[in-house]
Amino acid sequence: MSYISLSDKDKKEMMARIGISSVDELFLAIPENIRLRRELSIPSSLTEIELIHRFKKIAEGNTYKDFLSFLGGGAYPHVIPYSVDYLSSRGEFVSPYTPYQPEVSQGTLQIIFEFQTLICQLTGMDIANASLYDGASGAAEAVLMAHRLKGRPKVLVSQTLHPQYQKVIKTYVKNLEIEIGEIKYSESGGVDFKDLKEKLDDRTSAVVIQSPNFMGVVEDIEKISEMTHSLEALSIVVVAEAASLGILEAPGNLGADIVTGEGQSFGIPLSFGGPYLGFMSCSKEFIRQFPGRIAGETKDIDGKRGFVLTLSTREQHIRRERATSNICTNQALCALRATIFLETLGKEGLRELAFQNIQKASYALEKLTQIKGIERKFSGSIFNEFVLDFSGDLNKIEHALRKKNVLAGMNIGEFYPELENCLLVCVTDIHRKEEIDLLAASLEEVV
Amino acid sequence: MIREPLIFEISGKGKRAFSLPALDVPEKQEIFKNLPLRSEIKGFPEVSEVEIVRHFTRLSRTNYCVDEGFYPLGSCTMKYNPKINEKIASILEFTCTHPYAPFDLVQGNLEVLKTTEELLAEITGMDAFSLQPAAGAQGELLGMMLIRACLEERGNPREIVLIPDSAHGTNPSSAHICGYRVQEIKSNEEGTIEVEDLAEHMTEDVAALMITNPNTLGVFEVDIKKVAEIVHSKGGFIYMDGANLNALVGVSRPGDMDVDVIHLNLHKTFSTPHGGGGPGSGPVGVKRELDPYLPVPVIGKNQNEYVLDFDQPKSVGRVHSFFGNFLVVVKALSYILSLGSRGLKEVAEVAVLNSNYIRKSLEKDYHLKYTTPTFHECVFSDKFQKEHGVHNIDIAKRLIDYGVHPPTMSFPLIVQGALMTEPTETESKRDLDLFIDAMKQIAKEAKEDPEVLKSAPHTSYVRRMDETTAARNPVLKWDGGHKIEE
Repeated sequence: MSYISLSDKDKKEMMARIGISSVDELFLAIPENIRLRRELSIPSSLTEIELIHRFKKIAEGNTYKDFLSFLGGGAYPHVIPYSVDYLSSRGEFVSPYTPYQPEVSQGTLQIIFEFQTLICQLTGMDIANASLYDGASGAAEAVLMAHRLKGRPKVLVSQTLHPQYQKVIKTYVKNLEIEIGEIKYSESGGVDFKDLKEKLDDRTSAVVIQSPNFMGVVEDIEKISEMTHSLEALSIVVVAEAASLGILEAPGNLGADIVTGEGQSFGIPLSFGGPYLGFMSCSKEFIRQFPGRIAGETKDIDGKRGFVLTLSTREQHIRRERATSNICTNQALCALRATIFLETLGKEGLRELAFQNIQKASYALEKLTQIKGIERKFSGSIFNEFVLDFSGDLNKIEHALRKKNVLAGMNIGEFYPELENCLLVCVTDIHRKEEIDLLAASLEEVV
Repeated sequence: MIREPLIFEISGKGKRAFSLPALDVPEKQEIFKNLPLRSEIKGFPEVSEVEIVRHFTRLSRTNYCVDEGFYPLGSCTMKYNPKINEKIASILEFTCTHPYAPFDLVQGNLEVLKTTEELLAEITGMDAFSLQPAAGAQGELLGMMLIRACLEERGNPREIVLIPDSAHGTNPSSAHICGYRVQEIKSNEEGTIEVEDLAEHMTEDVAALMITNPNTLGVFEVDIKKVAEIVHSKGGFIYMDGANLNALVGVSRPGDMDVDVIHLNLHKTFSTPHGGGGPGSGPVGVKRELDPYLPVPVIGKNQNEYVLDFDQPKSVGRVHSFFGNFLVVVKALSYILSLGSRGLKEVAEVAVLNSNYIRKSLEKDYHLKYTTPTFHECVFSDKFQKEHGVHNIDIAKRLIDYGVHPPTMSFPLIVQGALMTEPTETESKRDLDLFIDAMKQIAKEAKEDPEVLKSAPHTSYVRRMDETTAARNPVLKWDGGHKIEE
């Protein structure tokens, strides 16, 4: 395929105007010794039909879809209303750049504004940005922001923050003077308050927790925020499973100062981990240190309402090395999908979705822990995930389940050596009762 | 055109646009006992499906986009996004896969990633790639971290990063987040790095030079080999911002210019759509020496099976929870395979031809600060028009009335009143001529009727916006009519 729109005649006319007889003349500034004197070693071009064949063949290497899967851990399958795909694939949304020219970008800008509003409503915060790359970079940006605001050297991170978010935070802060401390988890699976109390001090900028946490346990955000505030540190709450916000109290109403997380659950397919949707919101007092693009409402010269990107003096293209973040391109099209998803589900629909997640996961938890050799690991209340402890060899059990085309969950021993025989199971609205029953029956046979 | 309200303003209690199947497990109330439940989500919308579809369709019609017309936004490479790539990225086996799926069940995905890494290495002349960064700025940050990690192992991470004054704002910002102090290198009259100035600044405190080539003026750094030699001789690294590689694909390779680290933007050179501001993808390529520091997991191949290798003791860690923006990579791979080696070279040739055609056609009407030959883009300025009180923003806004998207104005900072124009290779001569004619007409209007420019645009859905008030009294969400006070 070629996507060039010039005929030979066009090219001749254009070259004549420029005053050259060959396109090569335009490349003369490149010194001889760094010109590529051969063709790239890339296969010759494919037509549309050949491309489809080629990629269907590649896709056959993915047999995941033939499995009944209960994997979660930061990536969650949920229903996606058809209107999300239909509307978000419009060229008017897919093919423009970042809305630098508001006069011809009102659609994108108004949608960002609606997205910011929805995120504020869900998290209970004052302001939200247009999106960040993913939940992990959201957590890292929140840590950097808290450090700028407080200037204290230490940030405490809960061990039950998604292990890969922890890793990304560590990568981001590696070259800055920020030390990361870990807060242990208790037998309930939630934050160990004693450990938090011991480690919290006046050198702490922020405490970062996730709720529901990586073990699926809903944290006591109110208590943790209270403890955090008693030493004038900031309470950062990460929400990796955003669907939980449909039914659980907004972290902002429980004392969180910054709420950030992963919005993949809002209409974005699993897609092998990306593109996803980082979101972030905070109290209005922190606005000058808030990272990322923000849309705001204003008027045009005729007095008509409109929207613009605003507060850009925080950003790299104005402030260069003193910017609050280096981010420019974010995940706008994913934020659009989330906006369509949330507005389509609406007030009742989102609550119902979250309600079904809790009910189905609780049903599964009860059903699975009736099986001999399987125990519930943590006692804390859950949303749609839970950890099971196996008395038998989990690797063997998983292997046997694979033969039945079942993936019962994620073996979390690689992240937590002390939980080496434990499985993180995720049950959402897409799982039908028969499927949960099938999981139970399959486990019964192999445990 | 109908003025579309915010969704919250058309909400009506009890309206629904979607229903879930009835709950099929026995409902239990006791499970909520210890959970902090919320009451209703205050202000959340309630609308019907048709209202949703009309809302977004009406809003979409107020956007200008590449599918509609010419979009010469300099440095952003707003080329046509082939539709087949969207179709391929929507193949169920790609979209349904969980990132924690056992790797033997996602061999297709790993093949996509590994193949793309290899093709990008061939295109750029680098040795290895990581596809984890979600966008160019994250790629830059990762690239600088790799340099720092390597220098640290050698015993001293160093303190300074050199950046030319023509650079994009993310360069200094990324260097800063990586813990470096930035020193600016002045451009010379040709618009390129002044070699003597660089030699003076280049000490053993300098970790790296971040360059863009061709730079943001569209000018090729002809002394690149010498520049690299100066930096390397003091133990520093060359970082190349390869976000926009449109002038070079198939013609010249950064790896052969002695570049040590590069990031690419798949959403520029490799045609994946910009989506109104993402998702993008910002792969980072390195020479062998920096390979051990790349993020985990690294994708390897054992006989006939792709595997994930987490055992990289020197790795800087992770910048993404999973494998980066996977579906964006799928689209870019589809693009590379659809063009093939000759098609890729043609991209560079026609991108540079189109840009020079515009430059030649407008050079009498608009000032060019630098007369050096340019490649895929050229930077005009408003110097001639300023005599009539007309600024680049007025020219930009007037272009909207002519049905064209404005060029970039916010940089390069070394050209005052910049109009950074990048046509890309996909444009027809007809669309190029429409732009050229509009620009000529605007130059004429600047002399004869400057007011029509200063009050432009006249035909758009909204007209010039009050951005000052937006920043002074920020209203950042719908609040039932209440403004947020700072």
